[in-house]
Order: sequence, then C-alpha cells, then structure tokens
Amino acid sequence: MCIGGAGLAQPAAKPGYNGRVGVTVLLFASLAQAAGTRRLELEWRDGETVGSVCARVIERMPALERFVPNLVFALNEEYADAADPVPRGATVALIPPVSGGS
Amino acid sequence: MLVRVTSEVLDPGEAIAAVASPRAGAINVFLGVVRDNNLGRNVGHLEYEAYESMALKVMRELGEEAMARFGLENVAILHRTGRLEIGETSLLIAISSGHRAESFTGGHWLVDEVKKRVPVWKKEVWDDGEEWIEGPESLGMQKAPPSMVSR
Repeated sequence: MCIGGAGLAQPAAKPGYNGRVGVTVLLFASLAQAAGTRRLELEWRDGETVGSVCARVIERMPALERFVPNLVFALNEEYADAADPVPRGATVALIPPVSGGS
Repeated sequence: MLVRVTSEVLDPGEAIAAVASPRAGAINVFLGVVRDNNLGRNVGHLEYEAYESMALKVMRELGEEAMARFGLENVAILHRTGRLEIGETSLLIAISSGHRAESFTGGHWLVDEVKKRVPVWKKEVWDDGEEWIEGPESLGMQKAPPSMVSR
C-alpha cells in the first residue's frame, strides 16, 4: 500500500498542468538504483492520486515494493500525501528518506 | 538570499559575503563535512544526489521561514552533489543577524530542517562496497544499511 509511511505533513500541492498528457514519475537514490532508471512515463487515468501512481510503479517494478514503507511523495516539487489528486501532466517523485549534509 | 545546489567546491567566503549586512552584528557559518567513519565503518568517499529543482525550492522556503521566525537579516544555503572526499564540505549555511543569539538558534533550526526536508541523498562508498544511507542524522533516525544489520 502506498500510504506515504514517513509523514512530513504538508499542505496539498497546487495542481498544475504543463501540457503533457501523462504522468512523469521520478525516482532517486536507492530507489533509482533498484529500478535501474530515474524516470518513468505513465498514462494518466481518471481519478489519479499520488498513491495510485505509486501503486502502478510498484506493479510494474515489484522490486521497489520493499522501499514503500519509508517513502514520502512529492507532487510538482511540493511534498504531498498519497490521497492528493494528480492532474494530467504532473510530476510525481518517490522520495526515500533524505540524508543531506554530512 | 543565496541558495545553490552544485557539484563545485563550496566556498565559505562567498556565503559570508552573500549574507553580510550593515545591520548584522553576527554572522554564523556552519559546514557539514564528510567524515571518515559512519555507523562504525570506514568511509572511503561519499556520493550525493539531489532532486535539484525541488531542493532549491525547499531551501528557499526554509530560508524564508528561518528569517521570519528568528528575525534574521539574511541566509545562504548551499549543498554540494557528486563525489566528495573525506574532509570536503557537503553543506554550507551562513546566517546574519542583528545579535549573536538568534544566529545560533536560527542556525541550529535551519541546519536541522535542511537535513530533514531538502531532497538530497548520500551513498557511502567504502573499500568493498557501497550503500545508500537514508534518514536524517539530525533526528537520530539514520538507519544502518541492511548489509550491516544482517552481520
């Protein structure tokens, strides 16, 4: 279940439409390494949410499932919840726990 | 406000100059530096990766929040990406304020928030392998990689 385990409560991201028809998914760090890619293009579906996008990525790449409990999400570069609606043309990022600095 | 994500060496002098102000009686500078050990293991070098466009956005938001919350004059937040050797600076934060107290409290808050919220990741590389180290150190939430847990 893509429920965004790590939290980071944020106001819902503003919907944006940038002209593309699908949904772009960005992967980073351990997730990108396990997936062997940093970017996926999915077809947009009616009623799409951040969680449904995440679930479809896992469906396509079952190896990523073990990362799900620790993920947070971003929608168009703002932290987002799994329930947030995803507009057509949006970018969803699956974000492993961050570890900036040293 | 100066925010930057770059693969170039971070220069504290540039950050200090960026926050200098005639109204500031204090400038505080924090350097996050690559150390040669983590979780009991020797580190060869680190590789940092960022979601650059979002990282810049989050840095700017945190900088604005820090300035408003602590009454700071100005802030600079710079994060390095790519390969970093031991002793190199990965995070550079400079803060100017009217008096020293808020430069320390504001600086402490800002460093912790940057580590929690800015989408940057690091991979530890040692002699016989590598591992993504995920989770903010500042919260004590950093996890030992699976290869260590199973030992």
